[in-house]
Amino acid sequence: MAVWKFASCDGCQLSLLDCEDELLDLAKAVRIAHFTEMSRASIEGPYDISLVEGSITTSQDLERIKAVRANSRYLVTIGACAATGGIQALRNFAAPGEFAGAVYAHPEYLDSLERSTPISSHVAVDYELHGCPIDRGQLLEVLLAFLAGRRPVIASHSVCQECKARGTVCLMVAGSTACLGPVTRAGCAALCPSIGRGCFGCFGPSESANCGALSTRLKGLGTSDAAVARLFGTFNTAAPGFVEQAQALHANVASPHARPSTHEESRP
Amino acid sequence: MTHGAGRARSISAEGISRVEGEGSLRVRVEDGLVTDVALDIFEPPRYFEALLVGRHFSEAPDITARICGICPVAYQMSACLAMEDACGVVVDERIAALRRLLYCGEWIQSHALHVYLLHAPDFLGCADAVQLAERDPSTVARGLDMKRTGNLVMATVGGRAVHPVNVRVGGFYRAPDVAAIGALAEPLRRARDEALKTVEWVSGFEFPDVAGDYRFVALDQPGRYAIDGGRPKTSDGLELSAAQFADFVVEEHVARSTALQATLGGSDRYLTGPLARFALNWASLPELARQAASSVALVAPCTNPFRSIVVRAIELVVACDEALALVDNYEPPNQPAIEVVARAATGTAATEAPRGLLLHQYDIDDQGIIRRARIMPPTSQNQLSIEDDLRRVVEGGLSLSDDELQWRCEQAVRNHDPCISCAAHFLDLTVERS
Repeated sequence: MAVWKFASCDGCQLSLLDCEDELLDLAKAVRIAHFTEMSRASIEGPYDISLVEGSITTSQDLERIKAVRANSRYLVTIGACAATGGIQALRNFAAPGEFAGAVYAHPEYLDSLERSTPISSHVAVDYELHGCPIDRGQLLEVLLAFLAGRRPVIASHSVCQECKARGTVCLMVAGSTACLGPVTRAGCAALCPSIGRGCFGCFGPSESANCGALSTRLKGLGTSDAAVARLFGTFNTAAPGFVEQAQALHANVASPHARPSTHEESRP
Repeated sequence: MTHGAGRARSISAEGISRVEGEGSLRVRVEDGLVTDVALDIFEPPRYFEALLVGRHFSEAPDITARICGICPVAYQMSACLAMEDACGVVVDERIAALRRLLYCGEWIQSHALHVYLLHAPDFLGCADAVQLAERDPSTVARGLDMKRTGNLVMATVGGRAVHPVNVRVGGFYRAPDVAAIGALAEPLRRARDEALKTVEWVSGFEFPDVAGDYRFVALDQPGRYAIDGGRPKTSDGLELSAAQFADFVVEEHVARSTALQATLGGSDRYLTGPLARFALNWASLPELARQAASSVALVAPCTNPFRSIVVRAIELVVACDEALALVDNYEPPNQPAIEVVARAATGTAATEAPRGLLLHQYDIDDQGIIRRARIMPPTSQNQLSIEDDLRRVVEGGLSLSDDELQWRCEQAVRNHDPCISCAAHFLDLTVERS
């Protein structure tokens, strides 16, 4: 097994090291051949399985992901950055060079692409594990499934169903709280609603999510257009489904970065 | 990798391991003198300061947490405090205590990760903790147990260990109940014992004889070892507000790094993190940590960067001891959060991330929209001091083989637990000898 990092925060890789009870057993079952966050030893591929964290944001990384793919039997992406481009995909809506110029004195020193794109935009992906961050239980399930040669058993329904399963009273119905639970992929066990906070979409769009309808409902509950756009426009801002609702963040809201952005341009 | 060409030797380490993020290191040696040291940070830039502009001030804790998966609480806390500074509010003592408990959880998690999984293997000649576990399973198990406890504290207070969800500007979404916090006492008592054993274990390592000439910067909190806030102070006696410190620090963009390099006043290199905190705040150590330090003859200031692992172990004692006291005295806040009303203002705050001082500064408007963001992560502040360390390590290690020197250099970088994801948000090594 190899673990690779692209543009990301390291949190999803850390989830592997956070498997305190399983890590040493896992290292007996699977040879961890390349994992720079954990080891200075590195064994050359090919690898049976590569875990890939992060999005593609530089021309070097674009070449590197192709090499990882060519060297891996299975390629599994971990986290929102790898699956949808991550929060750094907010640059996809800005004018070319605007973000770099805002942070760095010499943008010409940077090797940075105008858009942050998911791994699947560039190479074939065998499995995408969602979440910002991923859930370590789900990560273990995916690894076990690939070890056993079966499909991972990971829910694709929404956070709403997780709320119902744990008996959390609906925040949107009972308290008019803005919540992305109806359209967000399960996986966190409806963590935020359980503490009285509306879901903010860490796991990205669920299967057949009707984000437009939710958007309308949220506005009907008194959430401003800008706030709805911001809610969709975070860690999975470029995910199909969320991206359309996040458009307003950039097209309608007065922001120093505002620029009308077409649907086509902002899709991953 | 080693390249030798007659008397000219170059060593390169591409992709320095056991650090958080991507970087590399190049050293050039001519006639036995180190002529150039460069720490290249090639972590892809993610432009957080730009993407925060136009966002609501309440979003800053969750968004900036995504800068670093290892120390999200540090980002959340600095963001909350900066916004509260802008809005002219201060949370009550019970909320502050709960924040400090959450922050102690992150220190325990991050320091246990660094000491056991990332740093100790260097001193014992292992490539990683898995190799170390084959030799000494019970020791690695002890580290993992502490790490588990740190994560448990974070999950209990923050909702989850990576990118907690319970933190908001003004406090928390829900205050944990007394029983849930009470359940942390037993694992924390065990972690405190494990931390004391950690001090004993790491102080027995062999340390290369290196002394840094550091200008230290750490936060000052009256009466206690600063973690969750405070005012910056320096080893040469400057005491500043967070805003004054932000004005004093000059950040420069150089070609070899996507992390901006910070200096005091445009010229003076400085170091934040465990060595700085221990040097400036040792008098505020809790009694148990002070005893632990004196039992292994660790005196302040400690200027050998390789001994930072001992200081980190002492800080594990601090964090476990503090967390336990906070758990024993826990009283849920009357309200989980205070009301924070936006006003057009600038807010600045710093906290002590496990790897060093983390400062946030925001301009917000009267609608609460962020108009400017500035984030000074610990690693960009420490980057130039790390390069100085590397120069000293190479100068003192020229008799080592290229492979040994490369490892020593990697270790010198890991001494500071750099978080490169934060700073570029690091490492290849190239040593050229001639």
